[in-house]
Amino acid sequence: MSETFPSLSLVPKARDKQSAKNFKTDQEVRWCPGCGDYAILAAVQSFMPTLGLARENVVFVSGIGCSSRFPYYMDTFGMHSIHGRAPAIATGLAASRPDLSVWVVTGDGDALSIGGNHLIHALRRNVNLKILLFNNRIYGLTKGQYSPTSELGKITKSTPMGSLDSPFNPVSLALGAEASFVARSIDSDRKHLTSVLQAAAAHRGTALVEIYQNCNIFNDNAFEPLKDPGTRDDFTIRLEHGQPITWGADGGQGVVRDHDQALKVVDVASVDPAEVVVHDAHAEDPSHAFDLSRLADISLARTPIGVFRDVDRPVYDDLMRDQIERSQQGGRTPGATSGASEDDALGALLAGSDTWTVS
Amino acid sequence: MEQRDRVIIRFAGDSGDGMQLTGDRFTTETASFGNDLSTLPDFPAEIRAPAGTLPGVSAFQLHFADHDIMTPGDRPDVLVAMNPAALKANLGDLARGADVIVNTDEFTGRNLTRVGYAANPLEDGSLEAYNVHPIALTSMTVEALKGFDITKKEAERAKNMFALGLLSWLYNRPTEGTVKFLKAKFARNEAIMQANLTAFEAGWSFGETTEDFSVSYEIKPARLPTGTYRNISGNLALSYGLVAASQRTGLPLFLGSYPITPASDILHELSKHKRFGVRTFQAEDEIAAVGAALGAAYGGSLAVTSTSGPGLALKAETIGLGVSLELPLIVVDVQRAGPSTGMPTKTEQADLLQAMFGRNGEAPVPIVASRSPADCFDTALEAARIATAFRVPVILLSDGYLANGSEPWLVPTVDDLPDLRVAFATAPNGEEDGRPVFQPYLRDPETLARPWAVPGTAGLEHRIGGIEKADITGNISYDPANHDFMVRTRQAKVEAVAATIPPLEVEDPSGHARVLVLGWGSTYGPIGAACRRVRHAGSDVAQAHLRHLNPFPADLGEVLRGYDKVLVPEMNLGYGFGGQLAMLVRAKYLVDAIGYNQVRGLPFKAEELATVITNVIEDLS
Repeated sequence: MSETFPSLSLVPKARDKQSAKNFKTDQEVRWCPGCGDYAILAAVQSFMPTLGLARENVVFVSGIGCSSRFPYYMDTFGMHSIHGRAPAIATGLAASRPDLSVWVVTGDGDALSIGGNHLIHALRRNVNLKILLFNNRIYGLTKGQYSPTSELGKITKSTPMGSLDSPFNPVSLALGAEASFVARSIDSDRKHLTSVLQAAAAHRGTALVEIYQNCNIFNDNAFEPLKDPGTRDDFTIRLEHGQPITWGADGGQGVVRDHDQALKVVDVASVDPAEVVVHDAHAEDPSHAFDLSRLADISLARTPIGVFRDVDRPVYDDLMRDQIERSQQGGRTPGATSGASEDDALGALLAGSDTWTVS
Repeated sequence: MEQRDRVIIRFAGDSGDGMQLTGDRFTTETASFGNDLSTLPDFPAEIRAPAGTLPGVSAFQLHFADHDIMTPGDRPDVLVAMNPAALKANLGDLARGADVIVNTDEFTGRNLTRVGYAANPLEDGSLEAYNVHPIALTSMTVEALKGFDITKKEAERAKNMFALGLLSWLYNRPTEGTVKFLKAKFARNEAIMQANLTAFEAGWSFGETTEDFSVSYEIKPARLPTGTYRNISGNLALSYGLVAASQRTGLPLFLGSYPITPASDILHELSKHKRFGVRTFQAEDEIAAVGAALGAAYGGSLAVTSTSGPGLALKAETIGLGVSLELPLIVVDVQRAGPSTGMPTKTEQADLLQAMFGRNGEAPVPIVASRSPADCFDTALEAARIATAFRVPVILLSDGYLANGSEPWLVPTVDDLPDLRVAFATAPNGEEDGRPVFQPYLRDPETLARPWAVPGTAGLEHRIGGIEKADITGNISYDPANHDFMVRTRQAKVEAVAATIPPLEVEDPSGHARVLVLGWGSTYGPIGAACRRVRHAGSDVAQAHLRHLNPFPADLGEVLRGYDKVLVPEMNLGYGFGGQLAMLVRAKYLVDAIGYNQVRGLPFKAEELATVITNVIEDLS
C-alpha cells in the first residue's frame, strides 16, 4: 500500500505484515467510557498497518488534553509533551529526521488556544507532519470550560452567563494559514475517517485533519445532527475531488456560484446540472476551499467533510535537507563520525582567514 | 617613535558613523600585528537613533598591549569623537592627559546646542586637561575624494576610514588587512571602494604630514604562548564550539532559535555552516525554538536553543519537559540587562537564579558559564559534554559583553578537542514475562543517565512524557514513593556531574592570601586585572573563578573555608541576598561571602574592583 504514497518514500518499510494489534500497547486506555477518542484510536490503529511502515519509524507527538493521551496507546515511538507545543516539537523532529512518519495529536484547546501560534506556523512552513485535531468544542481534561471552538454564549463552569468570544472555524483558520492539506472527518464514521487519514498520509507536507469528536461528559451530542440517521444526510456534505458538491436526500441540494462568485445553496433540480460546483481539492487558489469551509455555521447545517484542499507546495524539511546537501557537495552524512577530511574542514573553520603565529 | 606597553582607544560617534566597523578593523589590524587585546563594543539598541544626540552615540573600545591583558581597559588613552555628542558622552571616562581627536566639522552651533553645550568646548578651555587634536575629518575626507564619481554624502560617509587611517598611522598598524577588507566589501561598487581606500590612505598620510601629532607609537607584539592565533568574539567562539561539539559527539547539530539581542549572531553564524550538517531553524517564537530543539534531541541531534534572558523565561516550561524526559539539550542564554526588555545591548549577569530555579516543580539543570570571549568555545563543548553524557538540559550562560567583545584565541587543534562520542541505545535492556522489553528509565549506575533511544530503532518503541514516570519502565505513575524517588534521582543526576569536573583552580601566587575573590562569567577579566593591581601594590589576594555554577566543583566549600574573607563581585544585585552567586554559596556552604554588586550595564572597571578588594584586605588587619 505504501508504494502508492511517494510522501513516505524516505520512511523504512515494515519487514512483516502488520495488524491493528501490533499498534496497541499494554497500557490501559483511560478515557471516559463512551468518549469519541476510543473510536478514533481504533480507526488509527487499524489504519496504520495499511501504510506498511516500520513501526519504529512512526512517532506520535501530543500536547496536553484528553486527546493528547493518545501516544500512550500507540505502540510506536511517542511523546506526550506540554500544552500546545506538540507542533513545535514535532517540527524539530521531522525537520531533522526525514526517515520518520511524524503524527501530532491535539485538541481544540491545545491546538487553537494555547498552541495557536505553533499550529499556524507549522501549516505555513509545510513541515512534513500529520496533525490530527480532535475537536469536541469543550475543555474536557480541566472539566468543562468553553474552548475556542465552542459556540458563542456557551454556558460552562467558567461562563455561567454564556461565553463571550466567537469560535474559530479550524478549517478556515488552517486555510488562512496557507495549509497545503486540510480535511475534516467524524469520530463515528470509521470508513470516512480512514479515507481521510489515508489522504493525509499520502500528502507530503503538513496535513491538518479536523476530527469532530464527541465528549459525552461535558459536551455530549455536540455533533449529533451529523450522526443521527434522521438528519445526517441533510447536514453533511461529503466532499469528493472531481465530483459535484451535492447533498441531502437523493443529492437534491447543491452549490452554484452566483453572479459575484459567492457560493449559493440551491435545489439541484432548479438549476442546470452543469452549474453545480465541482469540488477541486487541488485548486491552487485556496478560496474555493475557504468558501466551502464557510458553508456550515455553528449549528452544523451544511457541514462539509472530506478533503477541502490538497496541493503540492515546497516542504520545509525537504528544502532544509536540500540546502545541507548542496552545501556538503559530496553528500556527507550529517553528524557522521569525523574522519580526517572532516577534521581538516573543522580546523580550517576554527582558524578562519586572519591568523598570526607566536613562536 | 615612542614605545608604549599598552594603549586604550575608544572610537565614538553617531550610530550611523560606522564606529563599530572602524573599531573592528583596528582590532583586526592589531590582532594580526600580534598584540594581546580585548574589546568592548557599546552601542544603543536603536538601529539609527536621531543623529547627533546622546542616545545615538555608538562606541567601540579597544585595549591592546605588548603583554597579556584581561579587560578592555578602564580609562581610554585616546578618544576619537566624531561629534559633540560623542565627546560629551565619553569625556568623563578619560584619564587626564588623554589624547582627544575630535571631528571639528561637526562642532556646529546647532549640534552643540542639541547636546546641551552652551559654548564650544573646543574653544572655552574646558578641555585643558586633555591633549586635544581638532581635525576637520569630514571636510578633509570630502576634499580627498574630489573628482570621485560619488555624491557628497557618500564622500562624507568615508570619514570613518580617514579616522582609521590616521589611527593606523599613529599606532603603526599593518594596513594590508583593511585594504583587502575594503576591496572585498565594496567589490560590487568600484567608486565607493576606491573612495574608502583613498580616505583610508589620506588619513594615514595626514598623520605623517601633520605636525599635530609629534610622535607615533609602537606597541610591540605580546609574548603569548606559542601557536596560531586569531581574534574571536564570544558569539563566534560559542558558535564554533557548537560545531566542534557536533563533530566530536558525532551528532548532527540542530539550532532552534528566535532572534533576540545579543544572541542573534549565534543563529546567523550557525546558519552559515550547513556544510557541517548544521540545521538552523528560525522559529515563530522562543517557545517553538526550544520545542523544536527538544524534538530534534529526541530524534538524536545535538540540540541547541540560543536566546537571552527574556527568551529563557519563555522557554522555562519546555526546559522542564526536557528535565522530565531526560534528553540532552543545550540552552544558551546570552544575558543582557533586565528586568523585562531592560537594556538589550547592555551586559549584566542577573540570570543565574533564573537559570538555577526558573522552572516549575524541582527541575534541576547543570549550569556552565563562559568567562571570556574565547572561553565561549570551551564552555560550549563542556555544555555539550554534560548534556549528552547525562541526558539533561544544560544552561550555558554568556553575556552581552562576552558576546560582542573579542580577544586573541589560540586556535586549538581538532585532535586535541575532547572525544565526546555518544552511544544510542540499540537493543532492549530488560525482560518481562520471558520476552525482551525496552526500559527507557533504566539508568547508568554512574551517571544516572537513561538510555538515549531514538526513533527508528527497532524494538525500542516506547512512550515518554511530562507526566511523572515510573522508575525503570517509564510508565505513567502517580505513586507517592516513586515520585519522591524520581525527584531525588533527577537531582542526584545533576550532582553526579560534579565527579566529572576538575577541582577549582585558585590563583594565589604568594600562597599567603587571606581574601579570596570568587567570580563567575564575564567578570573574570576585571577581577583578574584588579587582583594583579592589588598584588602589584604589595598585598596578597587569591582569585577563583567558577565555570560550573550547578553543580559547583566538589571542593568549592573547602576552598572557601580556607580564606578569612570571600568577596564575590557580580553584575547583579541579588534580590537583597547580597548577589546571586553570593546567595548560593552562602546557602550551600554557610560562608559569609561579601557581595560587591553593580548593575550599570557595563563590565566592572579593574580600578574600582582593586579598591574594593584593598578595602576588604584592610578591614582584616
